[in-house]
This record gives sequence, structure tokens and C-alpha cells, in this order.
Amino acid sequence: MPSNELRELQLERLRETVRLAGENVPHYKKLFADMKIKPSSIKSLDDIKKLPFTTKMDLRDGFPFGMFAVPQSEIVEIHTSSGTTGTPIVVGYTRSDIDLWGEVMARSLTMAGVSKDAIIQNGYGYGLFTGGLGVHYGAQKIGATLVPISAGNTKRQIDIMCDLGTTHITCTPSYALYLADSAAEAGLIKKIKLKAGCFGAEMWTEKIRDEIESRFSITALNIYGLTEIIGPGVANECEHKNGLHIFEDHFYPEVISPETLEPLPDGETGELVLTTLTRQGTPMIRFRTRDITSLHREPCKCGRTIVRMARITGRSDDMIKIRGVLIFPSQIERAILEVKGVEPHYQIIITRPQYLDEMEVQVEISKKMFSDEIRHIEDLRKTIERNIEKAINLRVKVSLVEPKSLPRSEGKAKRVIDKREL
Amino acid sequence: MKLKQISVFLENRKGRLSGALDTLATAKINIRALSIADTSEFGILRLIVPDPDKARKALEKAGFTVKENYVIAVEIDDRPGGLATALKVLSDADLNVEYLYAFIAKGGDKAVVILRTEDVDAGIKVFRKAGINVLNGETLYKM
Repeated sequence: MPSNELRELQLERLRETVRLAGENVPHYKKLFADMKIKPSSIKSLDDIKKLPFTTKMDLRDGFPFGMFAVPQSEIVEIHTSSGTTGTPIVVGYTRSDIDLWGEVMARSLTMAGVSKDAIIQNGYGYGLFTGGLGVHYGAQKIGATLVPISAGNTKRQIDIMCDLGTTHITCTPSYALYLADSAAEAGLIKKIKLKAGCFGAEMWTEKIRDEIESRFSITALNIYGLTEIIGPGVANECEHKNGLHIFEDHFYPEVISPETLEPLPDGETGELVLTTLTRQGTPMIRFRTRDITSLHREPCKCGRTIVRMARITGRSDDMIKIRGVLIFPSQIERAILEVKGVEPHYQIIITRPQYLDEMEVQVEISKKMFSDEIRHIEDLRKTIERNIEKAINLRVKVSLVEPKSLPRSEGKAKRVIDKREL
Repeated sequence: MKLKQISVFLENRKGRLSGALDTLATAKINIRALSIADTSEFGILRLIVPDPDKARKALEKAGFTVKENYVIAVEIDDRPGGLATALKVLSDADLNVEYLYAFIAKGGDKAVVILRTEDVDAGIKVFRKAGINVLNGETLYKM
């Protein structure tokens, strides 16, 4: 679609979303009235700036049905996102929302080469989590042969992959690596006929992509989505792996500065904000995803003209400010991982001994890094220091600690310990 | 003739050294020689033990980072200048010593030192040529 036509379509849909939300969702009804916002206030896409942000807290406050734009009887499905603290958030899907979800997921899976002939093994969990059913609807829309195996049960996953000749897989990247390891251990990796997979639902890196691709001999694509917007299917990479194409005819993206909350120009890194353009059940206005990325509009080799977002590199809630400089733990992680043999087990400790902030990065030593000579280890430690300093322009102290001495938590590791008393 | 040595990474924290030694004791491994190199933040414990593989496995199981590599054990005269004579052989051959430590002495007129040269094989060759006795593990573990 030519970009001016797309803009017109987005504008029309944005106005409709503002109308739908403003008339029916109590939260937006009140906000829009206070701010004197009407659908007619939106004269251009730029006017989206006039609209208020929506945060996860707003969704929690509306628990359970407070964010619905339609009567509960029109809702055909519900998903929740547990969140790590307090009340879950609830999103509702009308029949047309489910169609939309199938559509965007079908586009995502198509990028990975899924067709009617594909056998797709869906290793995302089925249930209140959006991963399982999202892929399910997309695969059914394409008419592929779907294996709704859900998450876990590794041995069965591998047996089914071998016996049915699964061609495509969807699961989290960490589970994909685990599957590859287990299949290799069982001596079955050569029997697996996988061609490609869509991996997401957690942050990952190019290094992990390389691992998945080489261990399975497949193409590993990055998929992005979140429950608050629809689930998986907000964006997906094409075979050129040059950022994730956002389905912007349905989800309008902005990148803002998490500090000033002002929109940033294309290419600049900040927090992704999404507005749904066609959701009926729970329309979302300028939802702050907290995910850190940048938007890119240069043409992609695949020919798609829609905007692309860079791989998510962090969360704005993890952001730290040291001596006035904003830093993401992910910047430090990348700098650490550039050093050969270093594993991503680290912790950032911030102190303020007197007036100046000090940052210490503790890195667990790995077998590959260890040498029986002090000077080799010292060289390595200094290399890590220099790499971090280059990445963030701040002096840091790197300490090497014993393996597994840093706390591990299920899923999200606590990376930053801020001991400053401000 | 090369002698297997195991090295353990130790953070400079209370109880880490005794933790490593306890692990070896539990695995019934007797230490024949050891040295510690340290900085203000970490240390490297180097060990000569009769069963290096068993020691490595026990330590790794206990969560330590362990590396195996090779060193040379040489017998020197237990008199003033004995070690200097042996080291001169290396410097004459232009070989650098990376580190060195003493083996627990048990009387007699010979002492044993453990050392590592950049090129371990070259070091052994040079010692032998000079008539210095390079000890193998079996002899050493019985001492």
C-alpha cells in the first residue's frame, strides 16, 4: 500500500478508535472529557500527541471489565497478563478482534514461510497467555497443519517433531535452545526437518538467534506482541531479519523519550508506544509498552513498505540514571557479551560513596574466561571494563565473581542494585 | 612427563578457600602441593593432586570454576643455589617462567619445585638436556 494511502487509513481508523474509546470506555470517557478531546480533534496523525498515554496501571485500575468498549456479551474471549505485581490485567476480544488477531498472526507466520503445506508445532502455552491461541488462530487462517502441543513436555515435543516431520515451530527462544540441546542429546537432531520458526515472548539477542539457527539449521525470526495490544502478531521479522515489520494498519507505533515523554524522530531509541487502530473489545490509546526500540522506514528488501522496529533491547522501567546519564542494563549486557567467553550473568551495583555515583559491574567468571594466570584474568577484566566504558561513556569498575554467585530468579533477573541514598 | 595441575578461581570472600579445601577433603583427595596467586579481589588456587580428574569433578560439582593445565615438576639439589642453577638453564634457553612454587619437602637431599614455562614441552626438553630430573606424576604422588 502506498504510504500516503496508509496514512489516510491510519488517520481514519485512529479517529474511529478515539470515538469508540471516548464513548464507551469509562477510563477514556472521563479523560477525554477532561481534556476536551473529540474524534474531530484528530486532524492529522501528528495530533496523536494530544491523546493521553495509557499505562499498565490504568488497566489494573479498570480490573476486570473497566477497559471494555463493548458490553461483556459481545466479548468472545478473554486473556490476562499476570504481571509480576498485584492485580492482573484483562483484555477482551470481540469476534472481529479474533479475526484481526488471526489476520496479523497469519501475516507473521507467512513471513516464516508457513503455507497450507506447512506442519506447524505450536510450543507456546495455551490458556490465558496469548502466545498459544495467537499462533493457533494465525495458523488456522493460513490453513496450515497445526500441532497444538503447547509449552513443555520436551521429550514429546522432540518425538512429534521427528514423527510428524514438523516444518515450523513457535516457542520462546530459550525453549528453542533447550529443545535443540535435548534433541542433540537424544541423537535425534538430524531427524528434525524444521525449516523456520517464530520466536518471541521474551527478550533475546542476535547471539541466541545464531545459536538457534545453527543448532536446528533453520531460519529463526523474531516475533513481537503484548497482551495489552492483542498478543503476538504486532510485528514480525521477514526473511531479511532487518527489524520487525509492524502491522501499522492495525497498530500505530510511536517511540517516545521515557524521560520527557515527547515523541522521538525515526531511528532514535526510546520507548515504544502503541495505539490500536481496529480493536473493538479493548481499544488502547498510546499504550506505554516500556519496551526500548527504534523505528525505521527505509525500504526493506522484501518489498514491504510498513515501518520496522529494531529488536527490543531493554525495558524503560530498568533504566538507570548515573551522573545524569541514562543507561540501560542491556547496553552493558551487550558490551559484556562482546568479550569472548563471557556469559550474560552480571549485576550492576550503583553506589554514591560521597557526591558522585559509582557503578560496579559484577560479572560471573566462566570456564572459558578462567586461566591459571592472574594477568590473563586481569586483561580480560580490563577488556570488559573498556567495552562498557565505550558503550556508555562512563567509568565503571568491573569485578569478577564466582559462577552462580549472583542471584538467579525465574525469568527476569534482578540486574540493578541501586544502593544510593538520594 | 608433563604434570597435570588444577586451578580454581576464588573470590576474595570469607570461606571460599576453606570451601574449596573442604570439597577436596570430602572427596578424599590429598593435596600434594599448592599455591595461591591473588589480587585484591580474587585469587587462583593451584593444586597438584594424585587424581586431578576426580578433584576437578568434585570442585565443579560444588560450583567452582576449575581449569586443568600442565606444569613441570623438577628435582633440584636441596642446598643454597639449587633453584638458581635450575632456573639458569631456562634463561639460557630463553624460556620464561610464568610461575613457580615448592613441593612439600620430605627430607633427603633433593627438593622439588613445580613450575610453568610458557612452552611446557620446551621446558622439559631443556631440563633433560641439562641433566635435571623431571618427575612424573606417579613418582611425585608417592613422595
